[in-house]
Amino acid sequence: MVDLRTEIAGVRLRNPTMLASGFLDETGGSMARVYEAGAGAVVTKSIGPKPREGYPNPTIVELDAGLLNAVGLPNPGIVEYAQEVKRAQKGGAVIIGSVFGKDADEYASVAAKMASYGVQAIELNLSCPHVKGAGTEIAQDAGAVRDFTRAVKDAVSVPVFPKLSPNVQDIASFAVAAEEGGADGIVAINTVKAMAIVPELKMPFLANKFGGLSGPAIRPIGVRAVYDICEKVHIPVVGVGGVGSGRDALEYIMAGACAVQVGTAIIPKGLAVFEEITKEMASLLEDAGFGSVSEAIGVAHA
Amino acid sequence: MPKFEVVPILELVRETPTTMTYRFRGDFGGQPGQFLMVWIPRYDELPMALSYLGAVKGITVHDYGDATHAFAAFSAGDRIGIRGPYGNAFRLEGEKVLAVGGGSGMASMIAAIEAFAQQGAQVVTAAGAKTAAELLFVERANASGEVHIATDDGSRGFAGFVPALAEKLVDREKFDQILTCGPERMMKAVVDLAKAHTIPIQASLERYMKCGIGICDACSLDDRLVCMDGPIFTAEQLDGFEEFGKFRRDKSGRRIPA
Repeated sequence: MVDLRTEIAGVRLRNPTMLASGFLDETGGSMARVYEAGAGAVVTKSIGPKPREGYPNPTIVELDAGLLNAVGLPNPGIVEYAQEVKRAQKGGAVIIGSVFGKDADEYASVAAKMASYGVQAIELNLSCPHVKGAGTEIAQDAGAVRDFTRAVKDAVSVPVFPKLSPNVQDIASFAVAAEEGGADGIVAINTVKAMAIVPELKMPFLANKFGGLSGPAIRPIGVRAVYDICEKVHIPVVGVGGVGSGRDALEYIMAGACAVQVGTAIIPKGLAVFEEITKEMASLLEDAGFGSVSEAIGVAHA
Repeated sequence: MPKFEVVPILELVRETPTTMTYRFRGDFGGQPGQFLMVWIPRYDELPMALSYLGAVKGITVHDYGDATHAFAAFSAGDRIGIRGPYGNAFRLEGEKVLAVGGGSGMASMIAAIEAFAQQGAQVVTAAGAKTAAELLFVERANASGEVHIATDDGSRGFAGFVPALAEKLVDREKFDQILTCGPERMMKAVVDLAKAHTIPIQASLERYMKCGIGICDACSLDDRLVCMDGPIFTAEQLDGFEEFGKFRRDKSGRRIPA
């Protein structure tokens, strides 16, 4: 039996699949259900200081290339969200709390509150590609990534994982900045900035006009980003972007990730996707002669 | 199943002072109780039940907000975007069926009422509205079986709420299936009635939606999703929910009273 357990900066997971932020994670009931379905951990919806409605619909569209969204960070606010974390904890879920804010202080205070709810780690959404004042500008500024990470690190005692944007020239330099800020791990990548237009209506599909692309189309972009980041930093990396099978997950693992996040693949495969990925990973690893996931991490860096 | 298409509106039919039916061609299937995500360009995209199946589909929209208000001013030939059909369908089980509709909730049930009648079931409809002018699809229901009316103001039929009318019908006759759609507290009363008489019930619920495809979590009800696991739930499922009849979620995901 291949050992599928993995660890990210002390956070132990029963398998390397995590629910990506933004999918079925606004409510505790859904997070508990996803964990029960087999995810190794769940990442919460990105939570800010106050309730936020997000953008008007349409906010999501399925394209041939993947899923395009500009939901606009709707969330009930960090105070209200306590009850959702509590509900998810009842199901025994390993929870990573994703947070955002308008400045370093706000990130730090929201993260501190989130940590006080008993989450195992904090993910910093430093990279939402379509919300002004909540990530876009930060994602483009390595100094801000370092400073925001530092501010959050100073405010919490659990591990902190900044999530980076692929919409930059050199993502590895941002990972280095995060590491300098004290990050305990890196999550890469967030969605790729994109747009779809409806010719019959002569207008963009999304109410916000542009949004973030996820799904199979961005997997090679994510794998490259993780590979580059792993060459430059010494902290663990979590791979995100287009993972829908065990084979996809192994691409990220062999690029150097110690875990992967799954989101868009839930649409075609349902929540069974987590179990499907772990089973396929185990069998592929076994065929390749690996005894554990950890042995396979980063082996593509020859 | 097409993921998304743009269709011209073929016809608009004013049903009541606050509801309008929009007909359009749609080659996708669609079963009674299923819904579409309907994009009213420049305004909003909203879940709407199919009130007509077949080649020329229909949705019947209650004018309750900015987007639906703007939609009421659309004309034949104007285009809308549609995705779907999504969600589960009414199970057409039962020989003698009671359909209890409140207001525009009739729009979600009328296709099922017709489908039941078509397969030979006896369908009794209890249709309720605030006032006589707001009664929806009474003629269509009447063509599929008996119809009883309740109005809050007593302007037509039974003066009172439709669950009270349904109770009288259940006391008088034996039904082996109940369907309901309408305001949630009304449905809660109908579900309780069905349970008290041990009659199977299917209730079609409504929640704010963004994606319609089971990922955004906006329409969650306890640990289920109205878009994927519903919109139609049985009494057994609803019994397990803490939120049914009590809470819904606003656009930010906050739990608020239903």
